[in-house]
Amino acid sequence: MRRELNSSLSQSWAIQRRIIFALVMREALTRYGRHNIGFLWLFVEPMIFTVGITIFWTFTKAAHGSDLPIVPFAITGYSSVLVWRNIPGRLSNAVLPNVGIMHHRNVRLIDIYFARLLLETSGVSMSFLFLTLAFWVVEWTALPEDVLQVLSGWLLLNWFGWSMGLLIGSLSEQTEIIEKIWHPATYFLFPLSGAAFIADALPPAFRDFVLWLPMVHCVEYIREGFFGSAFVAHYDLGYVVTCCCVMSVAGFLNVNYVANRVVLQ
Amino acid sequence: MIRFEQVSKRYPLGHGQRVVLQDVNLEIARGEKVGILGRNGSGKSTTIRLLSGAELPSAGRVVRDMTVSWPLAFGGAFQSSLTGRDNLRLICRIYGKDHEDCIDFVSDFSELGAYLDEPIRNYSSGMSARLAFAISMVIEFDCFLIDEVVAVGDSRFHQKCHEELFVKRIDRSFVIVSHDTEYIRHHCDIVLVLRDSTFHRFSSIDEAIENYVSN
Repeated sequence: MRRELNSSLSQSWAIQRRIIFALVMREALTRYGRHNIGFLWLFVEPMIFTVGITIFWTFTKAAHGSDLPIVPFAITGYSSVLVWRNIPGRLSNAVLPNVGIMHHRNVRLIDIYFARLLLETSGVSMSFLFLTLAFWVVEWTALPEDVLQVLSGWLLLNWFGWSMGLLIGSLSEQTEIIEKIWHPATYFLFPLSGAAFIADALPPAFRDFVLWLPMVHCVEYIREGFFGSAFVAHYDLGYVVTCCCVMSVAGFLNVNYVANRVVLQ
Repeated sequence: MIRFEQVSKRYPLGHGQRVVLQDVNLEIARGEKVGILGRNGSGKSTTIRLLSGAELPSAGRVVRDMTVSWPLAFGGAFQSSLTGRDNLRLICRIYGKDHEDCIDFVSDFSELGAYLDEPIRNYSSGMSARLAFAISMVIEFDCFLIDEVVAVGDSRFHQKCHEELFVKRIDRSFVIVSHDTEYIRHHCDIVLVLRDSTFHRFSSIDEAIENYVSN
């Protein structure tokens, strides 16, 4: 209803692509500017975090409960954290700084969300890719045994991040409590998220508990793609897909609800 | 044509809600110049945002078959950390225009010179108003929305704006919301008074202005 009434679906799609591109460019420019390395910060920033954690875990010989090589273990683990933790954070309270641009009718809330989602996903994905390649070149890690499985696991994890983002982002416009809860929740979720352990090393009762968290399944699946038969992975892709579907539908519905009531002044 | 069909707009408040428009009907035909007079807080800007489609009505329907501008010379749509040129790029991308075709006009019209490559936060209010107006003239619309008087800059610049808007684009529709009766009198064929959440219609412009002034 927001777009030109007589425009066809393909025209709307063309407009939406154009808008999202414009917003991505603006977001990248306002966040990183043209100074020093500019756009490169998009993935250098997550790379710094991941390298920091990798070094830290290497020296502390983090007890991840297996004999998996620590470098790829840290890269897969921490890159995954960046996906489910940063995306909802980036989508929280996104309306206020975008009130001006939303005076242009074709710029809708969902476009602003999509622009931020695309930026976030591409930043973390490039960081994941470049770090794997860089550590492979210096022979600190091997390449994944099954690249396709790593890729599909990564996509699934990002789907989870996107649906979580749409939900948290839109809810944050309705009540301030959401951001106040989500921020500490990320701290509690981090040690449970599968980043720093493999599920097989946990006591069965505790393992069943953490497997309620969809991201644990994703990390296990990605690591199985990485390390192959070196450990026993625990995951249920059907469960993750179901969670993502439910959260995506809820997320889109709530984004729509919020967008129809957005107040620009 | 833009048409309000039984449009209501309510904003939630801390407790209860504020009714800005209640079951209003309005039609703006192609080429028509409509002025809306209203006191502060009467709902003029809300009307503009509903016309442009930036906000949706709480009830009723807004139908349009013309392209409608954003509120003209509205600088709020700018990113203050970006340069004038980057802001032009952004607007051009949003409306699917090549900014290379527009940069000469904007540079010439806004008279910003080297400031075009400075972040907007370094602009004076006159400079950002000039840029805003120049960028507004780059995208063509069937209907232009004007929130308050477009009297930016000095009188020479004011004259340039007048030329660009009311001479070159006299075939378009205009909706002007203001509390400046003389500005509305000079530019509009139809004048409505916005009061008590509804539009009041009068048989002549003078009558509308007199009603507005005396209430």
